[in-house]
Amino acid sequence: MTYTEFMTYTVEAVGLRKSFGRHAVLKGLDLGVRRGEVFALLGPNGAGKTTAVRVLATLLGPDGGTARVAGHDVVAEPERVRAAISLTGQYAAVDELLTGRENLAMMARLRRLDRRAARERTAELLDRFDLADAADRRAATYSGGMRRRLDLAASLVTRPQVLFLDEPTTGLDPRSRREVWSAVADLARSGVTVLLTTQYLEEADRLADRIAVLHGGEIVAEGTAAELKDRAGAATVELFLPDRAALADASAALDGVPDGEKLSLRVPGDGSARHVREVLDLLDRRGVPVDRLELHRPTLDEVFLSLTGPEVRGAA
Amino acid sequence: MLRDSTTFIGRGLRHSLRSVDALLVAVILPVVILLLFVYVFGGAIAVGGQYVDYVVPGIILLCAGYGAAGTAVGVNQDMTTGVIDRFRSLPIAGSAVLVGHVVASVARNVVSTSLVLAVALLIGFRPTGGPLAWLAVAGVLLLFMVGVSWLAACFGLLVRTPEAAGAFSFVVMFLPYVSSAFVPTETMPAVLRGVAGHQPVTPVIETLRGLMMSGPVGGSGVAAVLWCTSFTVVGVLGAAFLFRRRTAP
Repeated sequence: MTYTEFMTYTVEAVGLRKSFGRHAVLKGLDLGVRRGEVFALLGPNGAGKTTAVRVLATLLGPDGGTARVAGHDVVAEPERVRAAISLTGQYAAVDELLTGRENLAMMARLRRLDRRAARERTAELLDRFDLADAADRRAATYSGGMRRRLDLAASLVTRPQVLFLDEPTTGLDPRSRREVWSAVADLARSGVTVLLTTQYLEEADRLADRIAVLHGGEIVAEGTAAELKDRAGAATVELFLPDRAALADASAALDGVPDGEKLSLRVPGDGSARHVREVLDLLDRRGVPVDRLELHRPTLDEVFLSLTGPEVRGAA
Repeated sequence: MLRDSTTFIGRGLRHSLRSVDALLVAVILPVVILLLFVYVFGGAIAVGGQYVDYVVPGIILLCAGYGAAGTAVGVNQDMTTGVIDRFRSLPIAGSAVLVGHVVASVARNVVSTSLVLAVALLIGFRPTGGPLAWLAVAGVLLLFMVGVSWLAACFGLLVRTPEAAGAFSFVVMFLPYVSSAFVPTETMPAVLRGVAGHQPVTPVIETLRGLMMSGPVGGSGVAAVLWCTSFTVVGVLGAAFLFRRRTAP
């Protein structure tokens, strides 16, 4: 890492370790989030995502390693870190007995806005997060998506340098999830640095500039969605055949996974034109007719499984 | 800190206003006990005077204690629902949350205690104390509410779940039974009399009774103030310690 790279990291962790009793949750976590980017920490349940966010947000002290957020050490200067961040935890931490408006006004007051500014900012956020109609209803009556939006809005009463979102869409229905996504995308466009955790690949793929795959308390892969897909390497040629007989012939000729329903055969390869030509030539020589073909890049799901599968666990 | 506390007091007051059911229980429960003792048991209890005049100070205290104990649940909910993480990730003193709970609790209890007192007056409670005595009554009650609220906050920080935190109400509610609240302690067996004579509720009740009925207060007054002050000191220190432990990074 060069010096300039170091300077541009808004969130930086080096060798973070944290155990609960004998259970090591973080085993030397390294990560760097650049200013203005959306960074996703992707991992299954129990990978250590929430623990990592809680350490970075000064809610939990690390057992070892260091972390700096917005230029301040999380252990030595928690107050300064807190002044620079906002956190939306895993469970929408809204006050259910208060209305949406009151929730936001309270947060605004705690962020040192005066009454008038708090009132204005609250109205602005209610509009922006599409909560104006429900503003004077108690948060207890809100749907899951509305709560999440209120929670997000509460994190934005003042513009944070870094926004931590811990599983922002877990437990939401698809529509609410899309609402939260568009809110996060808006934020990212406005230049806020976002570190989000998720167990959904689709979410990471959609929102994040860069993704780090967290598994067993360590980062096992990092890069853009495309880079991660490249790492998994192989592409698949899917051949669609006219009938069952052709499928049987093709299966005999090639190493692949037949699909009787779709009448297709998936043949692993490297995605090159040469490989596709070889496959088609071989079938030509055997007189097996092919209707059409599709070339599949690996999905992030496949990447994820290949990175967090048993072989990785065995290596760790 | 002051400003954040004000914000959290506002939050606590809103909570109280919106938990009308909790406020109703805090009024109805003491009133039912009051009616029960005055009309069912009271006739059989010889206290040398009107039983209603004897029992009301105890009921008032029970009401104040019961309501203050609700603080335990509120504090625990904040700790267990993730709300506290939101507050702690702000550049503020997290303990302002506790101040908010305690002050709102005292305000809530002033209301419920006044309502119970009004019912007592309706059914024939005839206090004889003058304005100064009533000022002293208000002072002792406030001190008691503050003390119990802080202890309740400690309990809320100590236990794991809001349900467990609710148990604090029962402790506070049953203490008056083994005191001079409902019957003179002289009628109790020696062991209980010993307990009743030395537990904090008895001197507070004796003080309230003495002030309200223009009777002697004597050493009870000092004991009552000492007990309530120690509740407050122990409660504040305990809550500060437990809060720090529970939210330690």
